[in-house]
Amino acid sequence: MATPTLDKADAAGTPEPGFADSPYITATFRIRRFNSEVSAEATWEDFQVEIDPKERVLDALHKIKWELDGTLTFRRSCAHGICGSDAMRINGKNRLACKTLIKDLNPEKPITVEAIKGLTVLKDLVVDMDPFFQAYRDVMPFLITKETNEPTRERLQTAEDRERFDDTTKCILCAACTSSCPVFWNDGQYFGPAAIVNAHRFIFDSRDDAAEQRLEILNDRDGVWRCRTTFNCTDACPRGIEVTKAIQEVKRALITRRY
Amino acid sequence: MPAGTLYRGREGMWSWVAHRVTGVLIFFFLFVHVLDTALVRVSPEDYDNVVATYKTPLVAVLEYGLVAAILFHALNGLRVIAVDFWSKGPRYQKQMLWTVVGVWVVLMIGAIYPVLGHAYRELFGS
Repeated sequence: MATPTLDKADAAGTPEPGFADSPYITATFRIRRFNSEVSAEATWEDFQVEIDPKERVLDALHKIKWELDGTLTFRRSCAHGICGSDAMRINGKNRLACKTLIKDLNPEKPITVEAIKGLTVLKDLVVDMDPFFQAYRDVMPFLITKETNEPTRERLQTAEDRERFDDTTKCILCAACTSSCPVFWNDGQYFGPAAIVNAHRFIFDSRDDAAEQRLEILNDRDGVWRCRTTFNCTDACPRGIEVTKAIQEVKRALITRRY
Repeated sequence: MPAGTLYRGREGMWSWVAHRVTGVLIFFFLFVHVLDTALVRVSPEDYDNVVATYKTPLVAVLEYGLVAAILFHALNGLRVIAVDFWSKGPRYQKQMLWTVVGVWVVLMIGAIYPVLGHAYRELFGS
């Protein structure tokens, strides 16, 4: 019995039996390279990668780094969408390389991979995250309570009170939202969506007592009022946080002082 | 090869771009409008001459563009207000944008005769 595999291989004139069964395709990755020690200008470089389309962009980057060009530089830690290290601009949109399947990207055409916008590129796909984390620290992303004594019991909360800020607890600080924001590209002083999301997480937490202080921080000229509701942040968030909605809730809390 | 790609934003980003562009266009119109109206205090004859040039078909087309810009800016402005003040606004922003575009198309069709009718008669006779 002739197997379809052999038929296909014959038709394609491939001498190797079983080759047509290979799930591998050749995809082109067009990567924005930058190395200040070589050139002050960033350039595009193409890499041909044999890859299973069910694999992720991160797997392709690994293949390039391990087999084709060891100088390719990018960040990744857990590689499973939790640590938030590998946010990058893939085909023009911010995404996590570890959560983006190649088959979802139209691998017929070159797949562009660039560093996220609005932060200084250090090398290839690695950016300086310091301004991003400074804005995060500035909104005091930790529990602040009025009582000064040692806690002797749990701080209880109803399910509804917990639900109020559930969406914004999901942030992994990957900077996909902040670096998708046109306002942030033009003015890095803007706190940015991620810092506001993490302020929202405590402002609307019934156990926290420093909402007023956080709101005052975000009432600044570089605070929530810079938001122009472009929804790029909501579209970019790999955790599906409704970022623009959270920013709008902080805006309304500033007007109504209800939270 | 291009020097870095354009960010591929979706409806929200492009509606913001269109809002900015129409806003700047309307600003320039208002600038010219204040100047030409102020001219009546300088010389009423010159004012009449300037306003007469506005009746040419070319300006009629520009006026139609002005109607387009103002209608989009006004309707999308209502959408932005809803996004900020209506708690479900952010979730329905795309539907609201397509509603804005739909209403805009209807009003633009309605504006064809009142805005361009005169220029049509001028060009092709009544």
